[in-house]
Amino acid sequence: MITLLKNGKLYDPAHNKNGVVEDIYIYQGRIVPKPLDHAKITQTYDLTGKVVMAGAIDMHSHIGGGKVNIARMMLPEYQQKQMQEIKTLSEPEAHICTPYCSHHATPTATDTGFRYIEMGYTAAFEPAISPINARQAHLEMGDTPMIDKGGYAMLGNDDYFLRMLTAKKDQKAINDYVAWTLHATQAIGIKVVNPGGISAFKFNQRRLNLDENHQHYQVSPREVLQSLSRAVHELGIAKPLHVHCNNLGAAGNFETTLNTMGASNGLPMHLTHIQFHSYGTEGDKKFSSAAAQISEAINKNKNITADVGQILFNQTVTASGDSMMQHLNAKHANPKKSVIMDMECDAGCGVLPFKYRDQNYVNALQWAIGLEIFLSVEDPWRIFLTTDHPNGAPFTSYPHLIRLLMDKSFRNEAFAKLNLDAQSMSNLTSLDREYSLYDIAIMTRAGASKLIGLNDRGHLGIGANADITVYTDQENREAMFAKPDYVFKNGELVVKNGTVVKVVWGATHTAKPAFDIGVEKDLKDYFDRYQTISLDNFKISDAEIFDDGRGSVVVNKN
Amino acid sequence: MKNNLNSPLPISVTCPACGMLCDDLTLTNTAPVVIKNGCSKSIKFFEQSFNLSNANACTPSISGKPTDLTTAIKAAAEILAKSRAPLIAGLGTEVQGMRAIMRLAAKSNATLDHMHSESTVRNTLTMQNGGWLTTTLSEIKNRADVILAIGTDIGSSHPRFFEKLVWDSASLFNKPTPEVIYLGVPEEKASSGSSPDGKQANAIGNDPSKVPEIINALNALLINKKIKGETIGGVPVATLQALVEKLKAAQYAVIVWSASSFKFSHAELAIQSIVQLINQLNETTRAAGLPLNSGDGDSSVNNTSAWLSGYPTRNRFVNGKPEYDNYHFSTQKQLQNSDALLWVSTFNSVSPPPTTLPSIVIGHPDTKLDSTPDVFIPVGIPGVDHAGLMFRMDSSITLPLKKLRNNELPNLSEVINRIEAELA
Repeated sequence: MITLLKNGKLYDPAHNKNGVVEDIYIYQGRIVPKPLDHAKITQTYDLTGKVVMAGAIDMHSHIGGGKVNIARMMLPEYQQKQMQEIKTLSEPEAHICTPYCSHHATPTATDTGFRYIEMGYTAAFEPAISPINARQAHLEMGDTPMIDKGGYAMLGNDDYFLRMLTAKKDQKAINDYVAWTLHATQAIGIKVVNPGGISAFKFNQRRLNLDENHQHYQVSPREVLQSLSRAVHELGIAKPLHVHCNNLGAAGNFETTLNTMGASNGLPMHLTHIQFHSYGTEGDKKFSSAAAQISEAINKNKNITADVGQILFNQTVTASGDSMMQHLNAKHANPKKSVIMDMECDAGCGVLPFKYRDQNYVNALQWAIGLEIFLSVEDPWRIFLTTDHPNGAPFTSYPHLIRLLMDKSFRNEAFAKLNLDAQSMSNLTSLDREYSLYDIAIMTRAGASKLIGLNDRGHLGIGANADITVYTDQENREAMFAKPDYVFKNGELVVKNGTVVKVVWGATHTAKPAFDIGVEKDLKDYFDRYQTISLDNFKISDAEIFDDGRGSVVVNKN
Repeated sequence: MKNNLNSPLPISVTCPACGMLCDDLTLTNTAPVVIKNGCSKSIKFFEQSFNLSNANACTPSISGKPTDLTTAIKAAAEILAKSRAPLIAGLGTEVQGMRAIMRLAAKSNATLDHMHSESTVRNTLTMQNGGWLTTTLSEIKNRADVILAIGTDIGSSHPRFFEKLVWDSASLFNKPTPEVIYLGVPEEKASSGSSPDGKQANAIGNDPSKVPEIINALNALLINKKIKGETIGGVPVATLQALVEKLKAAQYAVIVWSASSFKFSHAELAIQSIVQLINQLNETTRAAGLPLNSGDGDSSVNNTSAWLSGYPTRNRFVNGKPEYDNYHFSTQKQLQNSDALLWVSTFNSVSPPPTTLPSIVIGHPDTKLDSTPDVFIPVGIPGVDHAGLMFRMDSSITLPLKKLRNNELPNLSEVINRIEAELA
């Protein structure tokens, strides 16, 4: 059974194809070379004039695990209100409500899969799996249909690792522990959140700077970062260490962010939701944009990648592993409530609802800072399109964000509605850049796939998994990206005119570098003595993900 | 029924008998049940499971008359097919069972309520009102230096809490053995918190009904407000002041409460006051709460419901769309509004509430029914007859349950899936 996608305009940056008109053949879920003349083509889709890209990949979106589930439990009124707002769309804020944006910041697992595939996304990665909570994350992702998924396991605030640093264990021992964690949690990458800070909060430290020591372990965030990024690099997994810097959300934190880049020592490092880490202290309100300094540093340091974590205006909820900073920010919660947790000498969590308003100085400037970074970072292969769903905005607002990037007049009109003091503190209107379709394809496909190390996703080359999205080229980029004509998952047509026509179940992507299993000996003793579950039950087997025949595990090799 | 074990003894097991979900148990004998690291609750649970008194434990019945599984499933599906708005209650199940139930509920426009939600809802309301700051079992074991138990002795509902988390000397941060303080715990229960060398827990007040006013007084003292009068709820103010000083001086105080032990009305307000106390302590030191659960899979059911419907229980589906109302969707209220009842209790033999509605009971093979339901389907016990997944009471840990025994009992999820298929 061969499917032919005929005459589409291909935007496939992995193969330098920028609007090239070509045919694509699909056989058994993969893109194949043009078959021999006598081979039978079962189905043909005429895509003349249509824009064809690989399925989009969200490299940072909180789609699984305890935090969003806590948000669901905490905010029933919010979900009920959203149901009504979807119908009325009467929110007076400056822009973002359109018929394409549901604003549902805490969709169910099922809705998560549906909303992603309806926008042409065929994979999403949960960036904050607390290892001790990994089973729940995989359960939720296992109930998320339509898309591929995967996650990054959080280390760097776990007692076992910090203890190793204090004891000055050699790098090989740390590498083994990091690799063991990847296997045990079925993750594809390693993340560190507020290095050392979540643990420090449990010892009543309220802030932790890059070169400040954790009072118990007497190690600094810089040492945590260097040890983990070296481990990730030496293990040879593709995904660089995923770093949520210290001092999230604090005025003046851009210096921590710049210093964190410096701490990478030239090794690959990914700084996540960098918008939340690009704040200066200038101006009357002591809160200003440091997008220029941050962007310049990214441009200069080729080992650094970042995703933006754009905010968009409206009600959402912030769900983070950063219990230290979430506890500090709980006073800004709207509505005023927060769930903060200390977890198993392993991690933390903080969930607070937030309402970003365009007439609020700080919120308006946050919006501008995110866009300033998008437009000032020169290399689209090293900057990624995220809202840190649901923290900056729900992922369903991506089409709107894409339009802001691609359409200068639309962007400037939105800017003109912002809080006036914030406008005076931003150079956004002087940034004339407009992203091209090719840039968008890099950012949301080829770049994301390369960053995470997905071998056969994110491009349209021979052998690629046939995850393909087809759009009608429209001037209104929001309308265009909100509702693809077709989405193919593993070669099957699953979305037609923005609506799911077939339910399928994606794979779970992992990385499983080799390591010395001897690491388990000490870990077992540690679990028996200090933890409240056994080492065997900490580990998640492949069979748990196969579930009832829906799930599968893909091990990506690099 | 024969205990045809799935693997030779000894078998290491995870125990679903309470929310601690201890996974360090070893079953060494089934008749009588002998368990290493067992407790009163785990021994009772496994004894019930391995010594079924009902000779026909595997036989379904229709109006009390034995039948085969397929006929029983068809009869259950007929009841649900005729129903406009069934109530699925009890919900004594684990994650996999709840996943199946959620699909059936969406298809049959059912309302969902757990048998212990009268208690659970008090915690949920508190969390939805202002949130909270909580902790988990390994943090308590390694970090707690003061444990304040309010209205609960902890040990009656969670027997190994003290053994595993308090008296066990292995901890990561060189902390002292925690001081255990009981507040509003009846005298006869106060021995749970006694240390292995016989030291009694420090008990402040023994009347659980006085808990709300005492907590409010503690909150006032914590922010340096003067209190008129010599005693609050029968406790000298000086004692409460000393408790406040102790909490303030603690490195990591853990405040434990059990929503089910609060027998007064609007207990969620008392829980809010506890949360307020914890929040205020965190202005200067570290402290955290631990709400105890009630069991029968309540944490598993709430979590699974939340990611599949967007809401914890009590919720319902209307034309496939989830709705939430933790007041109106209670079992007691819905027995008046529903037109059929599906009662589920797989861990323990719990009878459904009395009702005249057409009723289906799917449950523990040893279920002793107070009245005869239209359909009864015995199913396997999770963690004994089939594998499963459970959330621990602190919700941050999910553990696999093992299949220990081979028999002909179907799983709850198989039965629910087959009923759902009949409805298609």
